[in-house]
Amino acid sequence: MARKPAKANRRHPLATVVLIAIGLAFTGGGYALFTSTATAQTDTASSTSQSSVDEGKKLFAANCQTCHGMALEGTPAGPSLLGVGAASVDFQVGTGRMPLATDGPQAMQKPPQFTEEQTQALADYVASLSPGPAIPTADQLTANGNATNGGELFRINCAMCHNVAGAGGALTEGKFAPDLTGVDSKYIYEAMLTGPQNMPVFNDHNITPEDKRDIITYLKYLQNNPSPGGFELGNLGPVAEGLFIWIFGIGAVVALTVWLTAKSN
Amino acid sequence: MSTIQRSDVPHEVVDPAFAETPKIANTPASRFTSAAANYIDERTSISAVVKEFGRKIFPDHWSFMLGEVALYSFIVILLTGTFLTFFFQASMAEVTYDGTYLPLKGIDMSAAMNSTLHISFDIRGGLLMRQVHHWAALLFVASIGLHMLRIFFTGAFRKPRELNWVIGFVLFILAMAEGFTGYSLPDDLLSGNGLRIIDGLVKGLPVIGTWTSYLLFGGEFPGTEIVGRLYTLHILLLPAILVAALGVHLLLLVINKHTQFAGPGKTNDNVVGVPIMPVFAAKAGGFFFIVFGVIVLMASFFTINPIWEYGPYDPSPISAGTQPDWYIGFADGALRLVPSNWGFMIGPWTFSLNIVAPVVVLGLFIVVVLIYPFVEGWVTGDKREHHIADRPRNAPTRTAIGAAGVTFYAVLWAAASSDLIATHFGLSIEGVIRSLQILLIVGPIIAYQAAKRVSLALQKKDREIALHGYESGRIVRLPGGEYIEVHEQLSDYERWRLLSFEDYKPLMLRPDAKGRISAGQRTRALLSNWFFEDRIAPVSATELEQSHGDHGAVEAGEGHAVESGH
Repeated sequence: MARKPAKANRRHPLATVVLIAIGLAFTGGGYALFTSTATAQTDTASSTSQSSVDEGKKLFAANCQTCHGMALEGTPAGPSLLGVGAASVDFQVGTGRMPLATDGPQAMQKPPQFTEEQTQALADYVASLSPGPAIPTADQLTANGNATNGGELFRINCAMCHNVAGAGGALTEGKFAPDLTGVDSKYIYEAMLTGPQNMPVFNDHNITPEDKRDIITYLKYLQNNPSPGGFELGNLGPVAEGLFIWIFGIGAVVALTVWLTAKSN
Repeated sequence: MSTIQRSDVPHEVVDPAFAETPKIANTPASRFTSAAANYIDERTSISAVVKEFGRKIFPDHWSFMLGEVALYSFIVILLTGTFLTFFFQASMAEVTYDGTYLPLKGIDMSAAMNSTLHISFDIRGGLLMRQVHHWAALLFVASIGLHMLRIFFTGAFRKPRELNWVIGFVLFILAMAEGFTGYSLPDDLLSGNGLRIIDGLVKGLPVIGTWTSYLLFGGEFPGTEIVGRLYTLHILLLPAILVAALGVHLLLLVINKHTQFAGPGKTNDNVVGVPIMPVFAAKAGGFFFIVFGVIVLMASFFTINPIWEYGPYDPSPISAGTQPDWYIGFADGALRLVPSNWGFMIGPWTFSLNIVAPVVVLGLFIVVVLIYPFVEGWVTGDKREHHIADRPRNAPTRTAIGAAGVTFYAVLWAAASSDLIATHFGLSIEGVIRSLQILLIVGPIIAYQAAKRVSLALQKKDREIALHGYESGRIVRLPGGEYIEVHEQLSDYERWRLLSFEDYKPLMLRPDAKGRISAGQRTRALLSNWFFEDRIAPVSATELEQSHGDHGAVEAGEGHAVESGH
């Protein structure tokens, strides 16, 4: 601080501002590049297809802005979409959860209303207005990671809502964690990244992209390797087993006792 | 039949269909058999036992075989359990899994979990044995439950069988204890969470809770002791008590003789059915293999307790849909239904009513079921022996109490799956819990009233049929122009079933020797009144005579021609 007046004479008045800006851009950009390919992805996606952004803007104006606002700022009917990123749009619109059909405890999955191109356009448009997590690339989704690590992470972070086998579970007030069987890897990844509905966000610091891939690997392992014990009864645990024994086990045994004690007429 | 003298113990009558004794051929083989039998008998005097036991009569009714189902599933459990002990290690020592199941490779777990995975994936037939063991356990407790309901609703717990009811009930509790200890052995995530709930339950008991928990777990939960301790209980102590109690249960069954439903030739003083040797033994032996077969079929096609999905126990994670096996469900349900904010503090001590209340309610429920035969005996003042099983409708109040009890249990049981009810029917879990809370109180009352009304209505219908026969649907015009519907009379055989039940009346309030009426007597009279104030008296001989007189009149007239017309 003591040397500042002496140096100030040699510099342009805006030099400090520019320097700080360059420094910020450098560290921020480097940081973003280093920690998450996602942000970099946003940049390329938004810069490559201006036409897609324009298309998305029209779709957004026609289908989304009533609730989410003209400038994504949100209204009492819907949250702000600033910073949610392309991944969030792709998840919500791609799985049919958005646009909402009805108000309810949570948005329900349904057949998507938009084609893949239209979904991409919406995602591009939302991402073009403010940066956010990007749609994962194909190599982040390959289910060839470490299933052991994925299984352990899944049990610690996901099973309390989604059940150990990903069969889903109840939350409060009619909300629920959906069944993960058969869900596209891309949507699993995006859900972890953006935390849709009541799900917490598992960002790349919390669960790294490699860990996310491992979790997807584990879920796909469960899906592709049927239980060695036979039919899984929905993977719902002891309730399904209890129902089964009372309906089919006891049912069969009682039918047999009736048969054994039946007298020929 | 009325001429047969009453005796304390009913005599046994072989169903005529099975009465012939097989002729013995004098072949070398039969000579060897008789010589061998003689050899054994001269040294053990076993012939008396065989004579007594082998000639024991079993009446034929499907519901009398439910207890057998329990017995046979228990044998299946013993057989498969023995196999499992060969490979299971009841130790919580930490090892690293290196077996066949890929997604657990390299994970640290207890030796118990490791050996259970080893049984499941690397021992030939191990997974099948585990699944047979577990499915058989579920069937075991379920069939005991059903067997108890049969005993309850037919009044087969009345004198002289009250003690056998108590022993049977102890067997039921032991079966649940066996189930719970077994469920906890693999040390997977599900069983660990189950133990954690029990630990919380124990710790919630005032004053003694914390110390009891430390005692059970050998220190802070989960510790490194519990699996070994539960294993000892599961394979040594509990089965030993269970087998002993089962022996007494069966012995009393032989001594008391079997109950039977009323029917022609079946009285309170005899038992009509097939003898153990040879008919029943053959049937029962076959039935054992059928039950075994059903269990093995289930076990080969349906996964049960996939511990490889749950992973090793770790106190931090828990799975959605974590439930106990069905028979502990009612206790889990009670914990879910109790308002979670019940409790208070006195000074530094917390009294968690949200734990204590369910424990007390369930304890009371269990005690009421346990002592019910004595309560009913006292209320009705009935000291007679009963060997004829009641049809549930003929004891409306008992049937209503049973229905209320079943509803109470069922609501608690359903509450244990509140989360799955919510997700699968698109409801909110709070709504499900609240509805079940209301249903827990209101449900038994509705069930009580409905069952009682239905029983009385059925009794009325029986009475109508016994007196006037079935409405045949044939309308006949008499010569005088009158239309009547022809009622078809029952045969005496059919009518017997409808007539033979006992008539009870509320107890009279009588002063004792000192001329006083005690409070106990008043309560008893009150309860007796509640038990029997609504009743349909069985058709008396006079009424029957009279009704036949009526019909006789019609039949003697033109009706007679009609009767002969079909």
